[in-house]
Amino acid sequence: MNPIVIAKNLTKSYTKGLRALDNVSLTVNQGKVLVVMGPSGSGKSTLIRTFNGLETFDRGELNVLGINIEPNHDERKIQKIRRRVGMVFQQFNLFPHLSILENITLAPVHVQKRSQIEAEDYGMYLLSQMGIDSHAKKYPSQLSGGEQQRVAIARALALKPELLLFDEPTSALDPERINEVLDAMRRLAEQGMTMIVVTHEIGFAKDVSDQVLFMDSGKVIETSTPEIFFSNAQHERSRKFLNQLDKQ
Amino acid sequence: MKSSRKIFVQFVICMIFFSVIGILVNNLTVNLIRTGLGFNFNWLIKPASFALAEYPLPYSPSDSYAWALFIGWLNSLKVIISSLLVSTLLGTIIGFARTGKNSLLSFLSAGYITIIRQTPLLLQLMFWYFVGFLGLKDDMSIHIKDIFKISNQGIELSVFTLTSEFSALLLGLSIFTSAYIAEVIRGGILSVPRGQWEAFRSLGVSERKGLISIIIPQALPAIIPGLTSQYLNLAKNSTLAIAVGYSDIYAINDTIINQTGRAIECFMILLTSFLVLNLLISNSMEIINRIIINARKYN
Ligand SMILES: Nc1ncnc2c1ncn2[C@@H]1O[C@H](COP(=O)(O)OP(=O)(O)OP(=O)(O)O)[C@@H](O)[C@H]1O
Ligand SMILES: [Mg+2]
Repeated sequence: MNPIVIAKNLTKSYTKGLRALDNVSLTVNQGKVLVVMGPSGSGKSTLIRTFNGLETFDRGELNVLGINIEPNHDERKIQKIRRRVGMVFQQFNLFPHLSILENITLAPVHVQKRSQIEAEDYGMYLLSQMGIDSHAKKYPSQLSGGEQQRVAIARALALKPELLLFDEPTSALDPERINEVLDAMRRLAEQGMTMIVVTHEIGFAKDVSDQVLFMDSGKVIETSTPEIFFSNAQHERSRKFLNQLDKQ
Repeated sequence: MKSSRKIFVQFVICMIFFSVIGILVNNLTVNLIRTGLGFNFNWLIKPASFALAEYPLPYSPSDSYAWALFIGWLNSLKVIISSLLVSTLLGTIIGFARTGKNSLLSFLSAGYITIIRQTPLLLQLMFWYFVGFLGLKDDMSIHIKDIFKISNQGIELSVFTLTSEFSALLLGLSIFTSAYIAEVIRGGILSVPRGQWEAFRSLGVSERKGLISIIIPQALPAIIPGLTSQYLNLAKNSTLAIAVGYSDIYAINDTIINQTGRAIECFMILLTSFLVLNLLISNSMEIINRIIINARKYN
């Protein structure tokens, strides 16, 4: 078992007295999929954003891909980690002024100093994996939400990351567009990609995840296998949350 | 009912407008009759017979008024274009420092912007001229080897010399305008969604590269219009040159009015000069704006 992320007692407050993260500990091993669930404001985004240094933390220990991240890390060190960790956002965050293919080749060319041709070849390969290679020359605004999110996944894959972070990747999509993104994520999991996914898609969590982590008010309430979490959650708070999800 | 009231309001506005024009024309005619000067531009070809402190093209007092005015216009153009370049450079640096992560730099630029914007430009010009340059004693100068020297004679660079009048005006206008440009730049940067910063950072792209390739291209459409209006302000503000004794178009017009009494003609010349100057600026900016919009293939 090769640990990719080890967090111990991560604690963070944006405003004094209000903990966005409260002694969060977890381990994610290579090739595993962790799903993070919890009500709005429970700290899910904050947690996964500490893993690539988009957020700092106040106390605790964090090791990503064998590199220790200090509570107040410096930008240089974190860039090394970011080159090995991909991230997919709720709002896609594609670069609107660049074509689909340019969105994907930007980082390989400028960060990894690959040749434009090599980056484009690999970019086209990733787009075909996502089933959207016919859109390579278009601009993000010309694509549907589902297609944009698949471009965002391809962009995150362009640096051949060892870990992928997803922050509610399907929350901004129309219901009929959700599956095309989840299917792409399923295929990644099958290929052995290590993933941490914030999502409320129960079907995806049941089928794909190895572990479900449930958070509330910055605390980890429960970490279980999906079998246990969805049929026999250990905590009252988790059961309540799942009940509410079912009702929707 | 409604439309008849509208017609009435428009009628009243027209009456007021034409009465004002009438009064002005009447004043003009009365004044022209009193001074005994006919309205004409023949005097333009007469020798100006006053000296100018600086002239980008050859000039002597025996040259015509027209030539003196043209020299003044060139002097204006010279100080406007150089201040435009310096203030854009300075404003961009301060705008980025203001939005950047370094809290000391951000604090300092916020202070700079506040102080500069809270004091009148005239005061700042006087400060740079009388305190900054003329305040230096004859034996006082700041210099870096032979390349660069500041004294009460102005700024001397190895290749050319800037008079203290020009230097003070350049410095004053540039610093004043840079504070406004910094705010325009800051507004442009803030108009780019946070997610764009997070996206390039999450890809391990450096701040510098991200700023150049991702943030600035998206900020430009919001920056250009603000920049244009600051440039137009700069051009108009340059008429304060007279306060530090720099011979710009306004100062020369002023001298000519005193000499010849041709106030109306001179004001017409002045208005036309500025119209041409500002059309030059706004059209150039419009061209830049078009280029940016055309280069943008997305909506
Ligand atoms: N930049 C910020 N400044 C101040 N407070 C913040 C900031 N970001 C998040 N918070 C606060 O930290 C807490 C955790 O926020 P976080 O975004 O991590 O929650 P979340 O679980 O991702 O919620 P959601 O499901 O709504 O995305 C919330 O109370 C939130 O208000
Ligand atoms: Mg969130």
